[in-house]
This record gives sequence, structure tokens and C-alpha cells, in this order.
Amino acid sequence: MSGFPELTSGHRPVGVVSFAQYDNVRREDAHNEVEMLMPVVAEVFGSIGITKDDVGFICSGSTDYLVGGPFSFVTALDAVGVWPPRAESHVEMDGAWALYEAWVLLQEGEIDAALVYCFGRSSPGDLSEIMALQLDPYYMAPLWPDPTSLAALQAQALIDSGRASESDFAAIASRARRSALANPKAQLAYDRSPEELLGEDYEVAPLRRHALPPLTDGCAAVVLAAGDRAYELCERPAFITGIDHRIETHAIGARDLTRSPSTQLAGEKAGVATKKVDQAELHAPYAHQEMILVDALNLSDDVALSPSGGALAANPMMSAGLIRIGESARAIWSGQADRAVAHATSGPCLQQNLVCVLEGV
Amino acid sequence: MSERCAVIGIGQTVAKSKREDVSIAGLVREAAVMALEDAGLSFADIDAVVVGKAPDMFEGVMMPELYLAAALGAVGKPMFRVHTAGSVGGSTAIVAAHLVASGIHQRVLTVAFEKQSDSDAMWALSVPQPFSSPLLAGAGGYFAPIIRAYMHRSGAPRDTGMKVAVKDRLHALKNPYAHLHLPDISLKMVEDSIMLWDPLHYLEACPSSDGAAAMIIGSEKAAAQATSDTGRPPAWIHGMAMRSEPTMFAGRDQVNPQAGRDCAADLYRQAGISDPRADFDMAEVYVPFSWYEPMWLENLGFCAEGDGWKLTEAGATSMIEGGDIPWNCSGGVLSSNPIGASGMLRFLETALQVRGMAGEHQVADARRALGQAYGGGSQFFAMWVVAADKP
Repeated sequence: MSGFPELTSGHRPVGVVSFAQYDNVRREDAHNEVEMLMPVVAEVFGSIGITKDDVGFICSGSTDYLVGGPFSFVTALDAVGVWPPRAESHVEMDGAWALYEAWVLLQEGEIDAALVYCFGRSSPGDLSEIMALQLDPYYMAPLWPDPTSLAALQAQALIDSGRASESDFAAIASRARRSALANPKAQLAYDRSPEELLGEDYEVAPLRRHALPPLTDGCAAVVLAAGDRAYELCERPAFITGIDHRIETHAIGARDLTRSPSTQLAGEKAGVATKKVDQAELHAPYAHQEMILVDALNLSDDVALSPSGGALAANPMMSAGLIRIGESARAIWSGQADRAVAHATSGPCLQQNLVCVLEGV
Repeated sequence: MSERCAVIGIGQTVAKSKREDVSIAGLVREAAVMALEDAGLSFADIDAVVVGKAPDMFEGVMMPELYLAAALGAVGKPMFRVHTAGSVGGSTAIVAAHLVASGIHQRVLTVAFEKQSDSDAMWALSVPQPFSSPLLAGAGGYFAPIIRAYMHRSGAPRDTGMKVAVKDRLHALKNPYAHLHLPDISLKMVEDSIMLWDPLHYLEACPSSDGAAAMIIGSEKAAAQATSDTGRPPAWIHGMAMRSEPTMFAGRDQVNPQAGRDCAADLYRQAGISDPRADFDMAEVYVPFSWYEPMWLENLGFCAEGDGWKLTEAGATSMIEGGDIPWNCSGGVLSSNPIGASGMLRFLETALQVRGMAGEHQVADARRALGQAYGGGSQFFAMWVVAADKP
């Protein structure tokens, strides 16, 4: 045991001590959500030698609209098998927010460990139609705007602001997919130059195919542990030294889409800038969004960006945010990073954002 | 290192079949503004917003909290969305309270709602899923066999459920926010209503409502400030618990679920409750179908197993009959059922009672109360204890 990083006064040290994710795939036809989660939950416990009986709280993240039926989290819980009964909760949000709820509970000191998991399959439906139903039901959803068209508006605004070009988007996509070659869980990895990528057709101008995330079926799980318990389960826990999330208005016409004030504020509250950042895993499903997030978090040029390939390499809905935290923790465990920033997003054009700072001792 | 926290503001809309005069945003804002006014606060004073509702298909909007951010004054703040089936209104309040109990925030707004008239809950519950049989019967059809098992097990007479149906509707007449106001309610009227799912008559089932509930949860400091600003006392939270168990497995006791008993045991440990019937002055318990009152009386330890119906029959849970442990003085879920908000209404009503602000349905000198919500196929439970005195 080697002590704890400096925390905001009154906070209890809570670390990510285990992480597992499903093989991110375009279409998982053979297994349903419970069957996908079972090996992931088994791995997240098994790799640190504990069972469901060793966690005091379970929290999950998912959304019914991907499954196409109500209460999709109900049967998913069978992947854990909560018998005898357990303290458990669910958020209709990315798993990163489920982790936030578990972190809050761990702060109170009654429990020492918690399981967080999440799942999302894009393949059962048409994601561009489904995500339109996430919009203002009176003024937006009836027009059925798809997420790529909304992201394209944002990308065009960024170009119009003079802060970016299509070449920048291609460079980001090229780098992300090349990084992904080293990530065995990546769905989309390749070694192609930005120049080559610029030869692709537009999906929705100014976004070409490379600037879009893949459609992914996947799920993920994390174990959090507090205080000394973290060291019992992990040689070098990835301690959460700051975590915060903020939301902006839903009305995209009322926002400056080229900026992410919610990310900026969450980053400030999480203390991103207080010390050197080694790497940042950013949940930027569209290439141009990485630039907006880097600006908002004020990350310097020497910060390694999304070494896993990020959401451009695999984008399982409701899970890609938690996976950013899991990948960051993995970098701390291995010593690849001492201080890592993980980010998760939700809503159209980066409406809601969570920032989590992880540190190893 | 749990900090003291309390309910310092309460708001609720009138529950109705159709609130066609407002959008979803208008509905939730109505409850939220009322809660802020009660606490002497404005949106600017709120640190975070926690929203809860039942399945999104009940309105046909995926993750509607995103669209509600501005209406609930959440822009620039943390906003959180809970969904734990029917217990969600209770779990949402608990998640909000933990944000204060953990010392992270001072004042958290929590809102739960359902606008059932925007879609069709029966349809939403019955979407066919691969490899599973559709629940075409709706919730009542799911629970009726469990109720019959309870009757068989306990030897309860057939009219216990009808008695609950009458009692809760008589209570609702004292609550201006209740959806159903049935001044002529009687055992005969319930018995004459159509049989939906044996033994449940139409009038033994909850209505479908549009409605929203809101509370402000504050720290000890925020509570003192609110009381000095408004003259109204807080409702102190003495314990909170959630429990879940699997939906299906051989040997699962669906009549008296283990998760409910464990949840109550954890809650009573936190709040120092040894004899619930004596220690509580009232309770608001999730009873969407009449027979769940005697069943939950047993599950929550208000009497021995098999005796719940005897308390109901004796009028122990009726404020009209002067019972010693009045349940659902607001009229309960049987009188108002905006599903996502129904659990929060239980929690909110307990807070109203211990603050002495329940109006006509106030229990005299209510000092300590139990709020309970359950969901799914009664495998999800959320509960809290609030009291007039500090823990």
C-alpha cells in the first residue's frame, strides 16, 4: 500500500480497480444483452478474485429505446444474479453516470466496493431514427433529425469559426484508428493517411465517412473500491481525484455549438488543470468533437489523446463513456500514465458532459 | 461521514387523466416552482437536479431529461436521470438525498413525473420481445395471481381488497391534488364495478394519471436557512434504503419478497425502528392494487405474516375510522398514479405529514413516517423514514 493522492477536502479516496468490456462488434446476433453482460461481469469480478457478494452497491446504465422494450435493465440484472437481494440502482444514462452515483455512495463510508455496468446495442434498430426520439418532442423530434446531421451542423459551425478544417477532422480520424490498432477491443482500426481519408465521400457535409463513429454492440463493467480496500484488490488503483458533470440547454439554436461550456466547467470542478495530464480519453463520437473537447479542457499538445482509439474506434451506446474511464484506469494500472482524464458525453452535439480525473500513486 | 439532510421544499401538480394544458416541460416545471417557493428558493440556489420517471415509452420520448434541462433550471449544473421501474420516484429521491448526505451538494432539486396521456402505458408494457411472451395483461394481470396466492396463504376474506379501495378513496377526498375524487365510494360500488383480473375489480386498480412531484433536499445548513426564511420546518431524513432481487427464479416468494423485507430491515436499523406499527405515526406505501395493502403490512413488519388483512379489516390503517397506523392518507396510488411520480408522491407525502403541512389529510401530531415504493414484478424496493426531529 502506498497512500492516496491528494483529494478535495472531505472526499474519500475511491479507485477504479477492475474493468472489462465486451468485444465491440457491428452486430451481435447470437447473444442478447444478458448473455453479453454475463462474461463481462464474470471477468470484472474474476480478474480481481471477488464475487458479487463483495460489493455493497450495484449501479447500471442503459436506455430502453435501444432494446425497443420497457424495463430493459430489469432482465440485465440477471447477469449479476442479485440473490440474496442487493442494494441496486439504474440510470437511463451512460454507465459513466452510473459510476458517478456509485462514487457518491462510496463517499458516505457505509460501503467499500461497488459494481458499475452498462450496455447498448445499436444493431436491433435504426440508430439514426432512434436518436431522433431523444430530441425535444414538440419542436425537434417531429422533423426526425438524425445525430450525424446535427453533428454536421456543429462541424460546419466549427469550420465557419475559422478554428478547424476538414483536414483536421481527417487527421484526428487517422490518428484514432491507428491508435486503435493496438487495442484488441477496437471495432474499427486502420492505418490510413489523412490525405487518403479526405478522398472519401461526404456522409453529411462537411463530415466524411471517417469522421463518423462505427455502429457498435457492446457493454462494459467497472469495480470501484474505497480506501485500503482498493489496495487489497489492485496493486496500483486508479483513484478518482475529481469527478463532475454538467448539462447545457437542449435547444441547439441557443448554444454556441463550437464550444462546450459544460465540459469546461466539469473539467474545472474535477481539477483537470491542477496538475500535469498524461493522457485524455475523450468520448467524441464525431472527429470534430475532439477539438471542441480539447479546447474546453484546455489540454496541452503533449497530452496523449484517446490512446484506445476512443469512440471513433468503438461506440457502444450508453457504454462508450464508462469505457473511457476504464481505459484511463488501465493506463494508470500499467504505469503508462500517472494522471489521466476521462470524459463521457450524452445528448445531441455534446449537450451533457462528465469529466473524471484518475491518478495513481 | 454521512451528513444530515432534510426535505425543505415540496411541490406537486394536481393529478389528472390528461393535462392537455401543458407540455411535459410545463408539467414538471409546475411542481418544481412550487417546491422552490415552499423552500423560499429560486432555481439559481439549486446545485443539481435529479429526474426520475418510469419507462420512456410511457411518453414516447427517449431520455426526456435532456430536453427538460432548461425547464428545470439545470443549465450549467449536474443533471441526473434515474429509472428503476415503479419504485423510481422513491429511488430518485434517495439518489438526490445521497448527493446531500455525501456532502457534495447543499440543495438538490428532485423531480419525478409521468404524462401518461401522451402515449399508452398498456402498449408500452406490451411491446413484443424476442424469445419472451408478451405481458399483454398489463400490471394488474401480472399481480392478480400473486394476490390469489396471498389470499390462499393467509385465509383473508374476499372483501379486504375492496375495503382498501374504499378507504384510500375516502382519504383522497381530503387531498385536493388527488386524481380520483369519488364522494359516493362504497363497498357496493367497488363490488359492482367490472371484474378485471380476479379478485381485482375495476375500482381496486390505480388510475392512469398525468402528474409531477418535486422536492428540494437540503443540508442541515440549508434546512436552517429555509426555516428562518419561510417559517416552515424541514422533514429530516432518518434512513434510506434500496433493494433488488431477480425477477424470476424457482422458489422466489413473490407474495412476501425477500428484497422488501431486507430493505425494511436495513431502513429500520438506520432509523432505530424496532416496532414499526408503534414507532411510525403514518405511512405512505405503494398500493397500486388494493390487496397490496395487507401484503405490504406484512412485508414491512407492521404485523406477523398472515395478519395483514386483519389490520385492514379492523380499520387500523384508516384515518376515517381513527386507526392507530393510518396508511396512504393522501389517497395513495389507488387515487393518483402518474407512474414515475407515484413513488415520489409517497415519499413527499410523508414529508408533508411530519412538517404538519398535509392540510385536511394531516395526521394529528405526525412526528415520524415511512415512505415506500416498489416496482417491476415487486422485485425493486425503495424506502425512507422522515421525522420532525433531527436524527
